[in-house]
Amino acid sequence: MPSVKRLASDSSKCIGCGACMTACSTLFFKVDDPARSCISVTPSDSGSKITVCDQTCRLCVAECPVQALTVSSQGVVMLDRKLCVGCLACVAVCPIGAIRHYPGSANPFKCIACGACARKCPTGAIGIVVEERS
Amino acid sequence: MTESGFDIAGLEAGHRPVSEFRYEKRPVVRGYNDRTLYVNVGNGRIAEKPVSADMRAKFTGGKGYGLRLLWDAVNPSTKWDDPENEINIAMGPVCGNTNYPGSGKSLVVSISPTTGIPIDCNVGGYFGPFLKFAGFDALEVQGKADRDVIVFIDGDDGVVSIFEAPGEAVDSHVLAEQMVAMFSRDEKDRQHISSVSAGTGAEHALIGCLNFSFYDKRRKVARLKQAGRGGIGTVFRDKKIKALVVRYSGLDVSSNNPADLAGLQETGLKLHREIVTLDDQQCRMREIGTAHLTEIMDEYDLLPTRNYKFGSSPDSPGLDSHAFSAMVTHGLPDGCWYGCTMACAKAADGFELATGPYRGHKVTVDGPEYETVAGCGSNIGVYDPRVVMELNFYCDTYGLDTISFGTSTAFVMECWEKGVLDSTRTGGLEMTWGNGPAVLELLHRIGRGEGFGLVAGLGVRGMKKYFAEHYGADPKLLQDIGCECKGLEYSQYVSKESLAQQGGYSMALKGPQHDEAWLIFMDMVNNRIPTFEDKAEALYYFPMFRTWFGLQGLCKLPWNDIEPADNASTDEPAKVPEHVENYLAIYKAITGNDLDRDGLIRQSARVYNFQKVFCIRMGKGRRIDDWPPYRMMGPVTVEEYESRADRYDKQLKEQVGIDPSGMGTPGKVAALRAYREDRYEKLLDAVYKRKGWTREGVPTVETLHDLGIDYPEVLEVVKPLLE
Ligand code: SF4
Ligand code: SF4
Repeated sequence: MPSVKRLASDSSKCIGCGACMTACSTLFFKVDDPARSCISVTPSDSGSKITVCDQTCRLCVAECPVQALTVSSQGVVMLDRKLCVGCLACVAVCPIGAIRHYPGSANPFKCIACGACARKCPTGAIGIVVEERS
Repeated sequence: MTESGFDIAGLEAGHRPVSEFRYEKRPVVRGYNDRTLYVNVGNGRIAEKPVSADMRAKFTGGKGYGLRLLWDAVNPSTKWDDPENEINIAMGPVCGNTNYPGSGKSLVVSISPTTGIPIDCNVGGYFGPFLKFAGFDALEVQGKADRDVIVFIDGDDGVVSIFEAPGEAVDSHVLAEQMVAMFSRDEKDRQHISSVSAGTGAEHALIGCLNFSFYDKRRKVARLKQAGRGGIGTVFRDKKIKALVVRYSGLDVSSNNPADLAGLQETGLKLHREIVTLDDQQCRMREIGTAHLTEIMDEYDLLPTRNYKFGSSPDSPGLDSHAFSAMVTHGLPDGCWYGCTMACAKAADGFELATGPYRGHKVTVDGPEYETVAGCGSNIGVYDPRVVMELNFYCDTYGLDTISFGTSTAFVMECWEKGVLDSTRTGGLEMTWGNGPAVLELLHRIGRGEGFGLVAGLGVRGMKKYFAEHYGADPKLLQDIGCECKGLEYSQYVSKESLAQQGGYSMALKGPQHDEAWLIFMDMVNNRIPTFEDKAEALYYFPMFRTWFGLQGLCKLPWNDIEPADNASTDEPAKVPEHVENYLAIYKAITGNDLDRDGLIRQSARVYNFQKVFCIRMGKGRRIDDWPPYRMMGPVTVEEYESRADRYDKQLKEQVGIDPSGMGTPGKVAALRAYREDRYEKLLDAVYKRKGWTREGVPTVETLHDLGIDYPEVLEVVKPLLE
């Protein structure tokens, strides 16, 4: 039975400090910029809204014309930048905006469930989980 | 044998080099290379040519470049099979970007075997974009080889070579696979190879098409898109070319090197999102491609049925899009170029062929597109989707145009019905409406170059002449029911009830293909262009606007087969104003140059008028050549009239001012005809005037001067006709 590793979130615990976004964008893009973070935290009526790939709908994987998006053995949707031709079809089909794109950069980016953000979250609002799927 | 199942080493052992050319690789700059590639398969000469500043300014790219190069290559007496005739494949600055849906089109031009004038086709597949990124804005292929050759453009290494290739297949579905297997370095490289090829049918018929391949990674098959119209595949095989092949493995967003990538991405993403959210409520292109049109056309009495006699049939549900939807594989990114989320290039996998040389093979069949469903379905009375699929497959692999094959077969069937043909003349084929097995056998005879297949392969105009000369058929009847204009077979819409569409079809420069203007709904259904002047304006604007796709390397479909949610409330919904703005934005993002709506039309108008003069130069393109067969204008026969008697009686009464009661049908047919032909004359006058042409359909010196294309060689063509 294949498993899915993903970042789970509980927005009721989120205080909107943005430490996760800092951790993510610094790790992958060497800048502290929420627009370059795979996880996004935005204010909402009930406090905060956390948006991050749940690794399960896989619409982007189906849409990619070059199979640059594939599912790893751990059930994580991964992007191979060498194959990607930058069409952004994946960005358009993602129903929650979890494949992201920074204007002018060649490829989109997305959460790979590495957990770097979770380690920086002061309240435990986010954490890596591994779920068995049928 | 290799993994591909082909003996590639054996094929390669048969190759004999003819010539080789090395060139300096340079990156594309803002959508342009500013050089073109010349290949002569007759004498082996290969060269690169710079694009002059004037050529770039006046001809923009794509079809403009193709026509300019073709003009310089031929002379007024050049015939399609003369060595100086060329096949030119050109792209355009927007072509090849991976961000805006529909940006991968190649434009192909040549002197057509069926019309004798320039033909142009807009085709998908990877060849054009790869050729551009290999370093060239256009490829010009001239000359005639003695033996079968392949031209290989290695865009990775900067080498162009010609070699004799005796062993490779001719039929495209095999040849395209062989090219992928031969030229890819490993499995990952397969997507980097694209070929252009024709087929055995194109060797025996004038209605040959070209297949442009694109390797489908998921299906693991080289799929094909067609440059269908006007017989370019026939020119290709006459030149003894088996394949043009290109390799380019470096594709990414910088390949086209846009001036403003972020701006391009923003506009592209906006359209992607529109397509993804609205397509299933609009045209279902992502589900079934253009085949969604069949039931709509049937409902509006526009689906060609029995050689365009009728516009619908109780049998049409057999060809409903859901029947084809059940056959194609769903959920795959079926774009004919990267970044096309419209993804209309559908395909059925594992289709088992029931006839012909590949009987029993399980193959991937493209489409079918609407044009094929109508042409190889309703118009010949075939309502079995499997027969349509099989005809589609064989037309493609034999290198034959499904539209011309369908319209030609419809003509054959009506000639059979009228007694012009019988089984002694068809070699035993019972060409009755809907006889699928006979149509398939006819197609295979074209493939084999046998008997009546050779006659049908002449196309409608060729057959008209043949039937009159050999069988004593009445030329007037043949003219009325033979659905061609300028020598090109009509595409698949019934234009009888839309005067504007009659003009859109038969005034189209290359012949009656609806890519210049499709005005039926605007005109007939919504009655938005009631006067001659309104129609003339539409027949000015839309052909000019749509010409622009061909200058840029764009697909027309993402322009209006998807519309913004609020499009209907704009002032000119038929133009899809927001998408026009998108085009201006992506043009600027890529080239760095500003363009407004007038500038866009001007770019097109230059090339459009140049093409018009080119047609005149080759002996066509005047008023008489814009005259449709009466079948496309109104009911030719009593049977047709009576099938829609209420409609026509009403028109006689209300529009013509004749009381039909008490008149016999032949009298009514004649009265309606006189009225409709007169109306068409008036339309010609209005459109020519709007286009800046004389009553004879010749661009005036002022028009040419105003557009900046008053070159001496252009004026030389029109001047004698203006005196
Ligand atoms: S942007 Fe890259 S990963 Fe996304 S669909 Fe296009 S090619 Fe695939
Ligand atoms: S809409 Fe269809 S034909 Fe046009 S580019 Fe996209 S896939 Fe190709």
